[in-house]
Amino acid sequence: MADLAVKSRTCFTQTVSAPELPLSAPLNVGFDYTRSVGPVLGRFVNALRERRVEGVRGSDGRVHVPPLEYDPVTAEALSEFVPVASEGEIVSWSWIAEPLDGQPLSRPFAWALVKLDGADTAILHAVDAGSPSNVHTGQRVRVRWAEETVGHIRDIAYFVPADGPDTEPTEAPPPVAKREENAPVSVVITPIHLRYEHSASPEESRYLRGLAEGKLIGQRCPSCEKVYIPPRGACPTDGVPTTDEVELPDTGIVTTFCIVNVPFLGQKIKPPYVAAYILLDGADIAFLHLVLGCDAADVRMGMRVRAAWKPRDEWWTSLENIGHFAPTGEPDAPYESFAHHL
Amino acid sequence: MPDVAVVGFAQAPNVRSTPGTTNGVEMLVPIFAEVLERTGLSKEDIGFWCSGSSDYLAGRAFSFIAAVDAIGAFPPIHESHVEMDAAWALYEAWLKIRMGEVETALVYGFGKSSAGQLRRVLALQMDPYVVAPLWPDSVSVAGIQARLGLEAGLWSEKDLAEVAARSRADATGNPAAQVSGTVEVADLLDAPYFADPLRAHDIAPVTDGAAVLVLASAERAADLVDSPAVITGIEHRVDSPALGVRDLTRSPSTAAAGRALDLDGVELAELHAPFTHQELILRDALGLGEQVRINPSGGVLTGNPMFSAGLARIGEAANHILDGSARKTLAHATSGPVLQQNLVATLEVLS
Repeated sequence: MADLAVKSRTCFTQTVSAPELPLSAPLNVGFDYTRSVGPVLGRFVNALRERRVEGVRGSDGRVHVPPLEYDPVTAEALSEFVPVASEGEIVSWSWIAEPLDGQPLSRPFAWALVKLDGADTAILHAVDAGSPSNVHTGQRVRVRWAEETVGHIRDIAYFVPADGPDTEPTEAPPPVAKREENAPVSVVITPIHLRYEHSASPEESRYLRGLAEGKLIGQRCPSCEKVYIPPRGACPTDGVPTTDEVELPDTGIVTTFCIVNVPFLGQKIKPPYVAAYILLDGADIAFLHLVLGCDAADVRMGMRVRAAWKPRDEWWTSLENIGHFAPTGEPDAPYESFAHHL
Repeated sequence: MPDVAVVGFAQAPNVRSTPGTTNGVEMLVPIFAEVLERTGLSKEDIGFWCSGSSDYLAGRAFSFIAAVDAIGAFPPIHESHVEMDAAWALYEAWLKIRMGEVETALVYGFGKSSAGQLRRVLALQMDPYVVAPLWPDSVSVAGIQARLGLEAGLWSEKDLAEVAARSRADATGNPAAQVSGTVEVADLLDAPYFADPLRAHDIAPVTDGAAVLVLASAERAADLVDSPAVITGIEHRVDSPALGVRDLTRSPSTAAAGRALDLDGVELAELHAPFTHQELILRDALGLGEQVRINPSGGVLTGNPMFSAGLARIGEAANHILDGSARKTLAHATSGPVLQQNLVATLEVLS
């Protein structure tokens, strides 16, 4: 799983025409779905790499394509492999007029269950037929192999009418398979990319818009009177909305901290540096930020700190507007004053 | 073992999209308050909390944790979660009460389907080796299922449109519904295909929503409401995840769950059928005759909040017992592609 990569990015922008709406922004999530294939699916994908299709015989004699690892009737492990044809007939189909990201074709196509000759169950895949009038149940179709086969279900690019010519593939995300030199494929990788419109809550949006004006806005729970920053949709103690808005100063104390000594991917500051929980004066919940401006070894629990804001023209709807917190030089807060916030 | 009853149900309005956060927590706060007020219970009275939702709808890991804020989880609570429709969270809560561990439980489901592209997100609940890498969307796969029945003569496009028309007409009495109104079957059949052979009316709308339901032991329930809806049977079964293995025109798992229950005397059924033809499959699997009223709420064809729609079917079926308008009702929930997993429950007046 060393190749697993998780990428996520979001960027809030204010909608000028509707300033009261919560902030929202595209959120794109991607990862490589990396899976070991085992003996049954391994045999199947390695055969695909050689442009052959293999099924597996079930306890009732049926040949399953794609192969099943365990029998759907008896749950017995299956291991009797049966070569089948790369041609067969459509059992049922539907038409997709506007293909979605990642699908086998980016022009309109049919989704179909296809029963290959020699198989008793059907495989779900795409059929490149041009229009729905060119598709019918019982139609003979054959595999259109990918230009380069790697040992992945997408070595079958799609199906085409059996008596028709190969058609040109449209662009599809590349499936990846891993193998040692000359060894069979044992791991298949499928890139997954999902797009969302991520929304902040109304309370978070108030807070983020406040930051764009250099303000730190928290909200007070009407029941327990605790002040949360960032404000929350509901007090986690009382379960009621936090409604009473409180503007907080940019001074506070370090409740607890750690000294980061380890370099990591994406790190912006050279270690060692201090990541600390900062409890703003008047707040009841600390948030994570940086403490710079002094030697890391001098940072203490209870140390008084003040926000070091970036230049005003760099402000946006982000806590990044505060570059870090720096010591004020005032006497430390006594431990008892923040012990219940640890 | 104690019997278990539904004592309260509430749901957020079924809407095409909410401006709320991606995890949908705002939809829960008001309906928690509503259901607690209706049952006279406080947060501290609830013995067990259980939810159903999906990280894939929210696009982030452990998204259900944010929803715990809506509970107000201090002092610490006893809480669990299923990555399925909340009907299965209800099953877990039902077990807790049956085992005598707790007397009350609150079950909730929620999801903001509109944040992503729902039918594409749902491709990821299919086999990750040989199916999901093709990104078959949930609507296309249901279209394959619909055609099998159409070409076998099990149902016609008119039959499907009649399901849609009846659902929308029934939904006019449901203030939470997203789609409702009187439509002519002929007009529906004039509409173009969305995913041949499915038209838009055959497909449940993308819906944001949430639902909450309170369970209590039958003894406790009698103190809370006049007419608790006792769960007299609850069963769930699963069919093979391999789509090409199953006869997609039937639902053997629903039939098996139904056979394990006593369905005699059921007056109405709330069926979780996100596609018109699936209602016909479910009615057949459960052997529901003409005398059984189907989906008086309008069903999920008039609002399909993912991960709470199945729980809401149980809530709707319970409401008829709670308000005294029926003595025995049936609820069905589904999860997974093309009716893969099915839960069936019967609810009755406390005897």
